[in-house]
Amino acid sequence: MAKISSFFKSFLLLELLKGMAVTGKHFFAHKVTVQYPDEKTPQSFRFRGLHAQRRYPNGEERCIACKLCEAVCPALAIKIEVAEREDGSRRTTQYDIDLTKCIFCGFCEESCPVDAIVETRVFEYHGEKRGDLYYTKPMLLAVGDKHEAQIAKDRAADAKYR
Amino acid sequence: MMELLQTIEQAGQGLLGPFWGPLWTLVKIVVIVAPIMGGVAYLTLAERKILGYMQDRVGPNRVGYWGLLQPIADGVKLLMKEIIIPTGANKFLFVAAPVLALVPALVAWAVVPFADGMILANVNAGLLYILAMTSLGVYGIIIAGWASNSKYAFLGAIRSAAQIVSYELAMGFALVCVLLAAQSMSLVDIVKGQQHGYGLLGWYFIPLFPMFVVYFIAGVAETNRAPFDLAEDESVIVAGFHTEYSGMGFALFFLAEYANMILISALTSVFFLGGWLNPFEGWPVLGAMTAWVPGLFWMLAKMSVFLFIFLWFRATFPRYRYDQLMRLGWKVFIPLTLVWVVVVAAWMQTPLWFW
Repeated sequence: MAKISSFFKSFLLLELLKGMAVTGKHFFAHKVTVQYPDEKTPQSFRFRGLHAQRRYPNGEERCIACKLCEAVCPALAIKIEVAEREDGSRRTTQYDIDLTKCIFCGFCEESCPVDAIVETRVFEYHGEKRGDLYYTKPMLLAVGDKHEAQIAKDRAADAKYR
Repeated sequence: MMELLQTIEQAGQGLLGPFWGPLWTLVKIVVIVAPIMGGVAYLTLAERKILGYMQDRVGPNRVGYWGLLQPIADGVKLLMKEIIIPTGANKFLFVAAPVLALVPALVAWAVVPFADGMILANVNAGLLYILAMTSLGVYGIIIAGWASNSKYAFLGAIRSAAQIVSYELAMGFALVCVLLAAQSMSLVDIVKGQQHGYGLLGWYFIPLFPMFVVYFIAGVAETNRAPFDLAEDESVIVAGFHTEYSGMGFALFFLAEYANMILISALTSVFFLGGWLNPFEGWPVLGAMTAWVPGLFWMLAKMSVFLFIFLWFRATFPRYRYDQLMRLGWKVFIPLTLVWVVVVAAWMQTPLWFW
């Protein structure tokens, strides 16, 4: 009996029609496509995009050259050189992030005791030459200056979970 | 309209004499082929849109409003691409193969009636002509596969040849049933044989329903469309017979494939769904309401339905394995059609045959 019923099922193409019913239903279903340049998906405040170096409100750079980020970086993307500034404070003379090496794990941001190195929500950037994605200290500071408002807001939103 | 055509004919006859006939035929050919080419272009867009919609996407929508210029952009891209001829290839056959694939797909349209009297050549053995022409299309594929001098292309060509031969038989037997029912090989007479004054109830898809299904599925196999696209089978043999083609040669194969799809849709409409006939003809209210609709509209509507089903199949079914494909062709379709030929022949001798 089971054999006969399965014979008729396959002979009358019932399973195929069922399959077509599924695709037919999806034909009228809501489309989930995000029209990227016009629409964007919502981002988390923990989004890990392009790096930035922050400053204090008085304009002083936050980084104290402790090199924790350099030590923790699993991809060895960060290079730091240190020297004493005229006022006696410990500062970096070189702070480079090679974005082609970076894996955007966010460890540098987590390890930073002064919230100097952060990852912003910026993900739409590119380089046209080989060296373009090798970000130096002035470039990172410029990114930080540009997006400071958003960065500060995201840190504040995340503060209670830290 | 008819009078206008008649005056044109008479004026042409007077002006050009014996040269008028071929010229007028050429004009008719252009009038048939140009819309088919346009239809092919927009069928590619429809395919991408429908596949997208069935996968919860929106499909191409960047080029022009709702993606309507996409086929033109694709065409321009393919035209400007470099044509590469592999060193080991047989140059003459390599270039000739796409043409050989496309020409039969277009030539077969000569005997397809679009509406009452709208036909290029009312051949009395139109059905045989159709069978001959649709079978010729496989030569383009075989030659392409052989001339490419590539193992993938060759495998695709062999698969295609075996597949088309297998399904041609089932297709032929399905058409024998139509032929029995219509008692004619002319496509015009087949359509007229479905005109009984009770609309779609008089069409052959009712008494020949299994053949209708078999014919359409065999048609899908014949055009190498999913789920029977083993000839190009990109997950196994790269791109099958057109692996080595680029630019316009590649485009011609696609033109042929889509032209064949449209052709199969048109033929299925003619053989089983009454071609240009009004489905509500002779019905109480609907019949009178739709009497003004031209036959061409019904023909195109029926073709569109089948084309949609083509794309629906592609969105739904995974590709057959080769042995399953052969099993379906030889062990299911051919016995089924053979039985139905006998059933129809016997049925027609009884008073229960209303068609």
